[in-house]
Amino acid sequence: MLASPKTPRWIKAEREGIHLPTTDWWIDPSRPAANALVTHGHADHARGGHGQVWATGATRDIIALRYGTLTGGRGLDYNEPLDIGDCITATFVPAGHVLGSAQILLERHGERIIVTGDYKRRPDPTCVPFQPTPCDILITEATFALPIFTHPPIEREIARLLAAREANPQRSLLIGAYALGKAQRVIAELRRAGYHETIWLHGAMVAMCELYERCGIELGPLAPVSEASRDVLKGQIIVCPPSSLNSAWARRLPDPINAMASGWMRVRQRAVQRNVELPLIISDHCDWNELTGTILELSPEETWITHGREDALLHWCALHQLRARALDLVGREEDDTG
Amino acid sequence: MERFARLLTDLIYTRSRNSKLALLADYLRTAPDPDRGWALAGLTGQLNFPSVKAGIVRDLIKERVDPVLFALSRDFVGDTAETVSLLWPAPPGPVPPSPTVSEAVALLSAATRATAKPVVAGLLDRLDEDGRFALLKLATGALRIGVSARLAKTAFAQAFSVQLDDVEEIWHALRPPYTDLFSWASGAAAKPDITSRPVFRPFMLANPLEDAVLDLADYAAEWKWDGIRIQIVHASGETRLFSRGGEDITASFPDIARVFAHEGVLDGELLVRGAAQGGEAGGAASFNALQQRLGRKVVTANLQAEYPAFVRLYDVLFDRGEDLRRLPWSDRRVRLENLVSQLNPGAFDISALIEAGDFDELADLRAAARETDIEGLMLKRRDSPYEAGRKAGLWYKWKREPLTADCVMMYAQRGSGKRSSFYSDYTFGCWTAPEAEGGVLLPVGKAYSGFSDEELRWLDGFVRKHTVNRFGPVREVEKSLVLEVAFDAVNASTRHKSGIAMRFPRISRIRRDKPASEADEIRTLRGMIASDPGSAASSIEARPGD
Ligand SMILES: [Zn+2]
Ligand SMILES: [Zn+2]
Repeated sequence: MLASPKTPRWIKAEREGIHLPTTDWWIDPSRPAANALVTHGHADHARGGHGQVWATGATRDIIALRYGTLTGGRGLDYNEPLDIGDCITATFVPAGHVLGSAQILLERHGERIIVTGDYKRRPDPTCVPFQPTPCDILITEATFALPIFTHPPIEREIARLLAAREANPQRSLLIGAYALGKAQRVIAELRRAGYHETIWLHGAMVAMCELYERCGIELGPLAPVSEASRDVLKGQIIVCPPSSLNSAWARRLPDPINAMASGWMRVRQRAVQRNVELPLIISDHCDWNELTGTILELSPEETWITHGREDALLHWCALHQLRARALDLVGREEDDTG
Repeated sequence: MERFARLLTDLIYTRSRNSKLALLADYLRTAPDPDRGWALAGLTGQLNFPSVKAGIVRDLIKERVDPVLFALSRDFVGDTAETVSLLWPAPPGPVPPSPTVSEAVALLSAATRATAKPVVAGLLDRLDEDGRFALLKLATGALRIGVSARLAKTAFAQAFSVQLDDVEEIWHALRPPYTDLFSWASGAAAKPDITSRPVFRPFMLANPLEDAVLDLADYAAEWKWDGIRIQIVHASGETRLFSRGGEDITASFPDIARVFAHEGVLDGELLVRGAAQGGEAGGAASFNALQQRLGRKVVTANLQAEYPAFVRLYDVLFDRGEDLRRLPWSDRRVRLENLVSQLNPGAFDISALIEAGDFDELADLRAAARETDIEGLMLKRRDSPYEAGRKAGLWYKWKREPLTADCVMMYAQRGSGKRSSFYSDYTFGCWTAPEAEGGVLLPVGKAYSGFSDEELRWLDGFVRKHTVNRFGPVREVEKSLVLEVAFDAVNASTRHKSGIAMRFPRISRIRRDKPASEADEIRTLRGMIASDPGSAASSIEARPGD
């Protein structure tokens, strides 16, 4: 093994999140903190109850929508440095994951650390693309860090979706997609593929889609499912949270084809377990090649791995003579945001 | 291969039985010959490529993908074929045309141990992900995609509007790619005649009795012997023994096959001579003793002498070319009694009928059966024809009550297939002495069934939240959860530290109410060991019950 370089004393990986002990600031803490830097609005990163919340404007809007009005902290633009004390600057850099998502660049006396949060490298019409940022320590996510995960082009998945709709005019097409990010991306990609009919939304999706539109992301004609009769929904596309697939709510739809948009759909049994008939491999995270490619591209002195299958990426780093360690953060189990 | 690969993928994602049947029927009706025949063979588990072992596939992938990354991927996916199909690197250059099912089967059949690796690699290089998955499933035997042989045959019958019973009847006489079957079903040829061939006929099976009370005027009772159910056939000078699934096991029992030359088809239980089941009068050793005779490549004279096998006959299906299956059981029983007197008494006897005045008396006999290590009772409707499968109301099995013990969960492992993301295989233990006196837990068994889907999710959550150690795919858990385990019997075992092995253990209840310290001690289990001279052998692997 390679000897570990001296870890800067101003950053520490705790089970509750990344901690900056000299100023007592936290990144994506899982319990209430006085000062929280939040990478993006997904529930495993953004929790309620913090004193001051520092995030991009869109992320703060998303948090406000989910947890109520934010009192402390303020919204930051991408690439706008924030002095957080002890000579540390924090800068939000686009992560390409969902609307408002950011990596956090931490700098102190020339030392540079990137906390990626969740990120992806594929184009996404609903958010600003990932911005590669050189650093000494890269703290990367590892949600899909197994070589079996290679995401196909999204155009292929959208084409399969539209083909299934075409082939089943008597059935509705129900897409399970996470309410923040995935749902809006699928809708935007459907529009890009030339689908301009009304897309029907589960009630839990409506507010987030409205927020996206307010932020300038055009999603085309949308309407809540509750406004449509059963007959109208034949041959129509409906988007719901993954947990609503197979629910009592879904039973009122005309013979729905269960689709689900998630990177986990790459594995057959994952789809089968959720009774998914049409698995769509659409992920807002990097696949294996993008994760490893990003490490090679940024070539940090050390990589810290969190949030997923740390063991595989750690092993890959060892194979490539790259310094790496796994962090054990709580509350980051596999979830539907994939 | 694309069409077959698409069929498999569609089947995996299709929930309803009717939709699966429709997909299969459509394929069987419209795919070209002989592809569809080979596909049917694959779907019914009739393909076997002796040179293509699962190990070859693992070797091939390890030459292309780092072994640790493969192992981690395999653990996550839960299925080797799928993992390899996802990880297989596309060869450089343009993709050559993909093989047909027939071509793939021909290449795999012709492969030798020396050529199997390049043959499989060459095929994988010519296929996309779904194609690789289909090929590997075909090549390594078990498809395990939620389609049973029965369902595939039902789809075949549906595709060509023929009777399923007719398909089942001739099925075992036919060989892949079933050209004669397709010709008959599509009306191009007559039904294949199998009367003079030594082939397997579908078994008649029993349903559990549950709580019913039967009138013994209508039902006859026999003991349920614990061996393996077999069919013995003699036709055109050849003798064959078949297991429950129709597998030819003649080679394992030359001592039986040698002495049977009566033209006909008989149904019975294969047992080893002994005094474990039903004492001296019962005349049969434990299932453990019979295990010594199973799955052997070479059956030595010593082995035959040490574990002398015999068949305890239950029924007669054919007698000298005459099909007796439509006759009532009582008539067949008379024919069987006459017939058995003509057979070699060392190798054949008849399963005696139990005399009981009424059902209550029978219940008492069943309750007493544990003392004599008999598994339970069979009840057969006196007027029942010999019907293939498990028809309701005709035959019942009435097993004795299972034993139970309170055990503590110690380790958990991810399941495979549908359960690949759940910790669904549990190792549990009992105390060497009371915990307060310094006792420790020792594993006494493993179970992966008996719980509902909802309980599985709860157990999975328990494992994840209480993991104290990880060893590859295995998690050691905090020793706090009591599981009530049901099992059919306990055998002495030298393979386990605890000295015992459970027969058919399954989780019967999750005892969240019970502290781990109050779980049972190993000595309680030792007290349940069946009185069996031949049972010092290995533990019993699960086998299909009947
Ligand atoms: Zn996220
Ligand atoms: Zn996340």
